[in-house]
Amino acid sequence: MKKILRFVMGFAGLWIGTTPLMYAQDDLLSMLGTDSSQLKKEPVTGTFKTTRVVNFPSVVNTAAGVLDIKIGHRFGFVNSGLGELFGLDQSTVRLGAEYGVTNAFMLGFGRSTFEKTLDGYFKWKILKQTTGKGGSPLTISLFGSTALKTQKTNNSDREDLFVNNLFYTGQLILGSKITEELSLQLSPTIVHRNLTSKPSEKNDVLGIGAGGRIKLTKRLSLNGEYMYVLPDQISSEFKDSFSVGFDIETGGHVFQLHFTNSTAMIEKGYIAETVGDWAEGDIHFGFNISRVFNLKKK
Amino acid sequence: MKINLIIKKPNLWLATMMILLIAATLYSQSGSGVKYFTRNASASFFSEAPLEKIEASTNSASSVIDMATGNVEVAVLIKSFNFKKALMQEHFNENYLESNKFPKAVFKGTMPEFKTINLTTDGKYTTLLKGAITIHGVTKPLETKVLIRSEGGKIFAETEFELIVADFNISIPSVVRDNVAKMVMVKLKAEFTELKKT
Repeated sequence: MKKILRFVMGFAGLWIGTTPLMYAQDDLLSMLGTDSSQLKKEPVTGTFKTTRVVNFPSVVNTAAGVLDIKIGHRFGFVNSGLGELFGLDQSTVRLGAEYGVTNAFMLGFGRSTFEKTLDGYFKWKILKQTTGKGGSPLTISLFGSTALKTQKTNNSDREDLFVNNLFYTGQLILGSKITEELSLQLSPTIVHRNLTSKPSEKNDVLGIGAGGRIKLTKRLSLNGEYMYVLPDQISSEFKDSFSVGFDIETGGHVFQLHFTNSTAMIEKGYIAETVGDWAEGDIHFGFNISRVFNLKKK
Repeated sequence: MKINLIIKKPNLWLATMMILLIAATLYSQSGSGVKYFTRNASASFFSEAPLEKIEASTNSASSVIDMATGNVEVAVLIKSFNFKKALMQEHFNENYLESNKFPKAVFKGTMPEFKTINLTTDGKYTTLLKGAITIHGVTKPLETKVLIRSEGGKIFAETEFELIVADFNISIPSVVRDNVAKMVMVKLKAEFTELKKT
């Protein structure tokens, strides 16, 4: 017993004795004291691969001076059978562009073939998630959009007023890159329709969206999003939007391949007018392509 | 009971270790000769692939020179590198250098002929720098030449060297092989002043 104790103490002595020796050899840089750069708050980057989760706006903004061209494409429902080549015969498209005015403020617009709708929007990062001591654990963004349906409605009873075709969306996005692999966001949303398709529907529709991504490799992530619309606001034929897909990043491009029950790619559409039912197989296969161009040198 | 016993009796083992401890402490203190340092050295790198030039720089590299031995250490925070294209900077940090896992690039080495240089008078010298550089968790030996200039109590140092991206376990996916070069030219430029202990 005594021998063991001596041995242990001897070892402890050796360890204590050699520590300053190793230290002295090891680190000239430690003489500079605490590395102030490590305590510095740094904004967290790459919460999502691009500015959309699938359809939902993500907490990511296009950087200042960067133009992001978006091409969104949804095929028909996969349950439409062989005759329609499982939906591949049909398609709706949205062409869009986004521009980072500053690193915290971006503008975007687009046009969808679905109801020939134009949409314009902004996204403003109010708070940035930051690392370092006292950093914010969240990114908070404010998103606002206006959509204009330009397809003529064939309703002889009512005059087709311009204002009847306007839709507005306001959204707060609370997101966090929890780990290098996992990012989550919540988006309480309000959609206002100047005119609803049925009198029983509410003009204002409240919903709360949840989206997230899991990074599978450095350049591939699995994304998912779900929009819960509060009850008794829209007709029962409309379902909650749910989408899952992959982001594939290849340098300047991001390819998003996904399955979704929503046909529209804009807020008022996927939140308040999603007709597809996952349980029935009303699922669209679709993709978004994002390509960035640096218009302004930093 | 048994612990008491050991302390009462003279213990050869323990005595040896105590002497070693004192010796080591003394040794480590004796190494504290004159040091020169900088916290805002500039570090930059450049590479040219068929489709894309990649350039980034920072002005916050730290370095210390031990004037007695010629030992040098340099550290650069990966996140501090500034690119012209924001997305390139994001991909550099996220996909290539993984700066969250490996926040710093560190060089540790020595200038074997440093002692032969007389820095008390102003002048220009070229000397060999040998050591090892650690990037992305991989340490590789590095040997290069440093241009040293002494002027008005300051030491100016400049060096450049090439690194092979694949050496540091940084893989370039085939889809971007025309965008990201396999070789990177690194430049370091620093102005050292004497480190005064407070």
